[in-house]
Amino acid sequence: MTYLPFARHAGAAGLAALLLGAAPLALFAETPADTLVIANAIDDIVSLDPGEAYEFSGLDLINNVYDGLVEINPTTLEMEPGLAESWSVAEDGMTYTFKMKAGITFSSGNPVTAEAAAWSLQRAVKINKTPAFILNQFGWTAENVDTMIVGAGDTLTLKVDKPYAPTFLYNCLTAGVASIVDAEVLKTHDVDGDMGGVWLNSNSAGTGAYVLKSYKPNEGYILEARPGYWRGDAKLAKIFMMHVPEAATERLQLEKGDIDIARTLTPVEIEGMAANADVKIQQDVGGQIYYLSFNQKNENYKNAKFLDAMRWAVDYQGMADTIMKGTVIPHQSFLPQGYLGALTDLPYSLDVEKAKALLAESGIAAPTVKLSVRNSADRMDVAQSIQNTFGQAGITVELDVGEGADQLKTYRARQHDATLQTWGPDYPDPNTNSSTFAENPDNSDEANNTGYLAWRNAYDPGEMTAQSQAAVLERDPAKRIEMYAALQTKHRETSPFIVMFQQARNTGVRANVQNFYTGGAVDAAAYWLVTK
Amino acid sequence: MADPDLNDVVPSRTGRLAKQVGGTVFTLLITFIGLLAVTFFISRVVPTDPVMSILGERATQAQIDATRTALGLDRPMWEQFGIYVWNALQGDLGTSIRSKEPVIDEIARYFPATLELATIATIIGMLVGVPAGILAATKPGSLFDQVVRLVGLMGYSMPVFWLGLMGLLIFYGQLGWVGGPGRLDAAFDMMMQFEVEAYTGMILIDTALNGRWDIFQNALSHIVLPAALLGYLSMAYISRMTRSFMMNELGQEYITTARVKGMPEGRVIWVHALKNVMVPLITVVALSYSFLLEGAVLTETIFAWPGLGRYITDALLVADMPAVLGGTIVVGAVYIGINMFSDLLYRLVDPRAK
Repeated sequence: MTYLPFARHAGAAGLAALLLGAAPLALFAETPADTLVIANAIDDIVSLDPGEAYEFSGLDLINNVYDGLVEINPTTLEMEPGLAESWSVAEDGMTYTFKMKAGITFSSGNPVTAEAAAWSLQRAVKINKTPAFILNQFGWTAENVDTMIVGAGDTLTLKVDKPYAPTFLYNCLTAGVASIVDAEVLKTHDVDGDMGGVWLNSNSAGTGAYVLKSYKPNEGYILEARPGYWRGDAKLAKIFMMHVPEAATERLQLEKGDIDIARTLTPVEIEGMAANADVKIQQDVGGQIYYLSFNQKNENYKNAKFLDAMRWAVDYQGMADTIMKGTVIPHQSFLPQGYLGALTDLPYSLDVEKAKALLAESGIAAPTVKLSVRNSADRMDVAQSIQNTFGQAGITVELDVGEGADQLKTYRARQHDATLQTWGPDYPDPNTNSSTFAENPDNSDEANNTGYLAWRNAYDPGEMTAQSQAAVLERDPAKRIEMYAALQTKHRETSPFIVMFQQARNTGVRANVQNFYTGGAVDAAAYWLVTK
Repeated sequence: MADPDLNDVVPSRTGRLAKQVGGTVFTLLITFIGLLAVTFFISRVVPTDPVMSILGERATQAQIDATRTALGLDRPMWEQFGIYVWNALQGDLGTSIRSKEPVIDEIARYFPATLELATIATIIGMLVGVPAGILAATKPGSLFDQVVRLVGLMGYSMPVFWLGLMGLLIFYGQLGWVGGPGRLDAAFDMMMQFEVEAYTGMILIDTALNGRWDIFQNALSHIVLPAALLGYLSMAYISRMTRSFMMNELGQEYITTARVKGMPEGRVIWVHALKNVMVPLITVVALSYSFLLEGAVLTETIFAWPGLGRYITDALLVADMPAVLGGTIVVGAVYIGINMFSDLLYRLVDPRAK
């Protein structure tokens, strides 16, 4: 007897058995009818506490689990009443009164009261996590917030430190950090004064259409609909979010029908799926803008002609049409499309001759720009395009490639020369970008005003600081729009910033999926309206 | 009765064992502390700042300072290391900076996913690689030998990333034979989370213990492809090594003697020669298994597999040191454990090692 035939087949047979055993079930895999299955890269999530969450993926979840006093309608992207039924502002512009809607409950069954609303806002200010600054802008501090924000009966009173444009406050109240949480429940889960923060990473305490059933970092989360949502019950009973970092993988899953929505697709996948009738692509814009900035500690970058030469040496349209295809649209002002007063015209285009002439006029001979770029493929592509076109205009670009967080540290310490960055607005009010791009109250190193992009680039915007500060106090909306238009124009003509693009979003959805809204530039995704 | 003096020189059997165990424990401890020290200090040389990676771009200086203090990052490096080792010795691997979950809980979730995948992959690699290597060695230069070499070479040289995507495209996308990325389909994943008692974190075992064969089958359909891919890579290595060990063995005099005496060729190869190849083969398989247990980052990324490799890599990228160090300890423990296990196997297969 010989042992050979058996051995020859053993391995193959084992493998075949595994494959066959698995085969029948795989054939019938499809998403459950009552569950929306979404694939997205969600490893940006740091926290699911609305007082701390400040990343895209985390805010998507918050938007479906919590509500604020003021909300953004997912379909129109217009502001509308949330947990507050109505509101008014006193003559002096310093006191706001919100009347709470009656009959709304948290997922625990506790009623939503003005006290709970006050406690929620106070909590966000007191725990003072990253997004707290959105509320701190109104003069609220851990010390004074208990007297500035008061809830009694069905009335919530907010006092602010300056007579701001009322839309400024309302817009800020739509941000995730201003979500109303279940005070009674969170008080019972306090650990070392976190007011329930740790508990909120695996539980939820909101009024939203869904409750958090499970969350595993870097794996996914499950939301479950709760009946009686005040905006109408969610159409699908469950949301299953799956962390899929790889776009090509998402595409396969979407085409196969194992997921309903794919949110991390790149232009390659979009193009590849064009002929597939089972899948459709939804396009809209996000709020992020891509910009170059130049540190004015380098005297070259104070030279107006040199800055102008660089503005004409960027291939805005070319990059948007090729290397960044489908992921950005050209955009040249600091307010993204969709924001009050945003300028959408495109005065600059690639003109190497003009750039050369301007460089000659600047009197700077053979300049070198040391451009910091984070080590991701798309950023590198953009940087190389800039290196190329700047080179044609006679400006040498040296790329300094590094890890994102590390480069951010250098940028915040204003130790860079030039940098390629993105900026996402914090709340749907023009002040969010205007204040950071066009204001710099103190340009000294000691001021350490890292929150101002102008400061990070050692850029003193002069009178623009005051103009931007005035715009946020302007109570006439039409006049406010004019003020922001003037600021954007002046900023793009004189500042050491070159805004190049605004983010475009491509969402792949199965053909039967309807009413998925991403929130555009001003809000997060809404799951509760989706049908399939 | 033993001479008392002699007793002092030759320790008793239990004394020797105790000394051996003590020695092993001591070596383990030193190895671990060394491993931790290297990881810890390398991590501090890397310029990534964990505080920036959690707080992000908008954080104020006050928030950064507060977080730094809360994480103990403002203390001297030696003190930080000392505190870490002291806690680790008591079983506390700290809390992940990013997720704020205890590292031990996270590893308990990620490691079984890797263990399950690596075990099946190694079984595939072994079942295919050993016979293929032996057969190739018996007929060097034959067509079979060439094919094994070519297939092995492909396993060595093709990018895993590409192989994984192609595998998904063909077996999942086109043929529909296997499940897609992730450990389960959404529906089964929810059943797994809410209806099944998890004892081990390995889905195949947990579902079998619970008698949930529907979920078992779905999990199997998901693990087959990544396991076959990793199994292929390990097969490439195992078959090459087996071939070379076997070639060496077949040139020995005792093999010639056996053949001359008229022993059937099958018995010569599969009994006599194989027995002697076993010892180095155990080392090869053990090495390949421990390599897979570290987690295969690229495979885990393509297959959206929540394994240890991706966990450690993701943690490294945001400088989440407690997570990185915790993962390192597990990888170190796995290496040491598998080495000890293969030592044990030597003793079983090789009488000389007893």
